[in-house]
Amino acid sequence: MASIEGGDGGGGHKKGPGVKKAKKLSTRVDMTPMVDLGFLLITFFIFTATLSTPSTMDLNMPKDTNKDEELNKTKQSGALTIMLGKNNNVYYYEGELSPDASNFKQTTFKGIRDEIIKKKKSVIASYTGNAACEEKARAAGKKDIKYECADEDFVVVIKPMPDATYKNTVDILDEMTINNVKRFAMVKIADSEKELVEATEGPSTGAAATPPAQ
Amino acid sequence: MPSVKIPKKSTDTDMTPFVDIAFLLLSFFIMATKFKPPEPVKVETPNSVSSDKLKTENSVLITIDNQSKVYVSFGGKTDADKAKINGIITDINASRNLGLTAQEINNFATTPIIGVPFGGLKDLLKRPIQERETIKQPGIPVLDSLTNELVWWIGAAKKAFGGTKLIYLLKGDNTSKYPAFEAVINSLRRNEEFKYFLITGQEGAPAGSELSTMRAKASQGTQ
Repeated sequence: MASIEGGDGGGGHKKGPGVKKAKKLSTRVDMTPMVDLGFLLITFFIFTATLSTPSTMDLNMPKDTNKDEELNKTKQSGALTIMLGKNNNVYYYEGELSPDASNFKQTTFKGIRDEIIKKKKSVIASYTGNAACEEKARAAGKKDIKYECADEDFVVVIKPMPDATYKNTVDILDEMTINNVKRFAMVKIADSEKELVEATEGPSTGAAATPPAQ
Repeated sequence: MPSVKIPKKSTDTDMTPFVDIAFLLLSFFIMATKFKPPEPVKVETPNSVSSDKLKTENSVLITIDNQSKVYVSFGGKTDADKAKINGIITDINASRNLGLTAQEINNFATTPIIGVPFGGLKDLLKRPIQERETIKQPGIPVLDSLTNELVWWIGAAKKAFGGTKLIYLLKGDNTSKYPAFEAVINSLRRNEEFKYFLITGQEGAPAGSELSTMRAKASQGTQ
């Protein structure tokens, strides 16, 4: 048998003993790893597609005015002043800052929420009636007039130090949304308050020693 | 004795349709995903509970990076918007005597972000596009109210866009300092603009807070 053919041991030849018959392989492929990979990619794309859409947060600033009738009046009793220092420190006082600074307290971003809620509750508890506001709420067709007006006197004044970061500012504005504070203002910090904060945490190193004039 | 034979069924399932669907979904998501364009300035925004979606039509984007440097960019896709954006630079060129050539003015629309003082604008705009996209810019001076150049940019944008209401987007980095933010707000206020949108990431309302109960009530009301 000296014939030379394309492939030796080809199909038709008789095989000697001990030569194994070629096993017929199944044409089925195990698709599990492919499916695994497919779904992994799907999850990846789903996540990246939806998570990259950022949201926006409204911020309305008041117009500067010198006219007395356009200014919002706030009662000292209902005011909570929050100062943002460096390293995510938060300082606050209720009402007016006492001359000996005894009501000047320090907390963190975790603690300030409880303070806001506490202050809001105490303002609501001491609500005695505000005819003008109730009139307005009634005219607007509001159902719960007491709920609309009880926190009318509650005002949060936010005073960031030059060392506060943008994140701090957004966080505290967020806190206003979370606790449904209807009236809040962002105000430039007064020198006396700045000194108090600096006395607690050391001099500020903020980029702007002279913040722009309002 | 005859007995009923239960045919032995294979446990193998045919996965082909499953795979078909999987890859169909995969190709859909690959095509539908729009990757974020490379950002010339890297900014990590803080999170907020707000869930309003970002709108970018007719917008002025003011970016504050982690070194509190301020940049500005103008959004616009249509040709009319491009003409308006050209109007901004023409106006700035005339009012500040920058002496820009026509080519440099054309380059303005393709510059992704502007973060140079007026003095450096000519130098920035004469560079080729690759350099304009990657070059480190010193930031627009804002901190001193006398030399606050952002006021001029916003003024020029307002003028160029005429009656169209502009959306002011503020994108600040987590670690940028408050004075830069205050200065940006002040330059907007000096242009009689009082409504801004801060670009933030999203997070849920904390459990038990007044906001979460309000949202729960609102969603019950709509059902």
